[in-house]
Amino acid sequence: MISELVISDASVRRGGRVLFEGLGLTLAAGQACALTGPNGSGKTSLLRAIAGLVRLEAGEIGFGGAEPAEARAAAVHFVGHQDGLKPGRTVREELVFWSVWSGGTEASAAAAAETFDLVRLLDLEVRRLSAGQRRRLALSRTAAAPRPLWLLDEPLSPLDAGWRARVGELMAGHLADGGMIVAAVHDPLPIPAVALDLGA
Amino acid sequence: MSRFSALLARETALAWGRGGGPLVAVGFYAGVATLIPLAIGPEPDRLAAIAPGAAWVALALASLLSLDRLFERDFEDGALDLLALSPLPLELTCAVKCLGQWLATGAPLAAAAPVAAIALGASPALAPMIFACALLGGVAFAFMGGIGAALSLGARRGGLLTAVIVLPLFVPPVIFGGGALDAFASGLPWKAGFALLGAYAAAALALGPLAMAAACRNALS
Repeated sequence: MISELVISDASVRRGGRVLFEGLGLTLAAGQACALTGPNGSGKTSLLRAIAGLVRLEAGEIGFGGAEPAEARAAAVHFVGHQDGLKPGRTVREELVFWSVWSGGTEASAAAAAETFDLVRLLDLEVRRLSAGQRRRLALSRTAAAPRPLWLLDEPLSPLDAGWRARVGELMAGHLADGGMIVAAVHDPLPIPAVALDLGA
Repeated sequence: MSRFSALLARETALAWGRGGGPLVAVGFYAGVATLIPLAIGPEPDRLAAIAPGAAWVALALASLLSLDRLFERDFEDGALDLLALSPLPLELTCAVKCLGQWLATGAPLAAAAPVAAIALGASPALAPMIFACALLGGVAFAFMGGIGAALSLGARRGGLLTAVIVLPLFVPPVIFGGGALDAFASGLPWKAGFALLGAYAAAALALGPLAMAAACRNALS
């Protein structure tokens, strides 16, 4: 279990261009961070770097003393634009697989389907879902498998007002349980969050 | 349900549907096997002599068919990111993907191989040997093919690139398997060729996942 996220002096270069340099962030258990900045300023790259999918040019990312590889393998939920959902598989198949893959069970996947109101959609193919329903399916694994650090890339953008509020409540609940959230956003998060502007 | 069995079920189901799955692979295989007598001529003696070898080459080509989508789809839709973020090592995940590929196309092709060879005029007594070689060779094709598929991630027209990378890696199993079949058919000692085919399949099983995982990590970062 990780209790802290510390990014120090991080820089990331993509395609020969430096996206950001000397970036620092400390997040304690129960805190959230809202990453803002114009398109192309490196929000997604920072999230991917925290997840270990992008190499840092310089600097370090620490998980409060935990071995980074182990922390990433067991303690991180990453929900990005590309949600990894296969259009030809049913909602049930994808929900159960990704829940089990993240460390949940079939029972917790069923509970997550309730939480995200996916029960009526379970037998539909993923290609039939609207963008908002699809995002709810992608987010549902955060409920199916408890992992302390959520990395979310514009988690609310395809959701309607009701679901934005509902996901905000779930995020607040996660923070109250001692979790952490780093979210790239254009609109303000519905929860108290440390602001980090990559465009500044 | 454990991660491992969930992944194996997912990969087999995806491979079953990918690029038409086993039906298209077996159909393509039947097509190539039909073209051979049209090009060589219908004399039974000549055809019977080349039947096991021809069936074997057609098998290697049919194994290429759905290979290019093995990692490409997961790479494009972000699933590979999530597959990498797991306590299961990426090497094992890659191996399970290849295993799913083998279950969905390699095994059905192995079942079709003796039929194709007999249709071309091979002796029915050869059928078990052809099946065994095709099954073992299919493991080598799937795991070596996976290396090519992972290396061509992100490239435009990755499918063609996969074929160009993979075909040289298919040379040893074609030589060993073809040699074993030839020796078996003419009553010579065949065990050496078969053992070499097995050794190559074992090497592909052991080394393939390391190379695939490295190539996937490189493509993701």
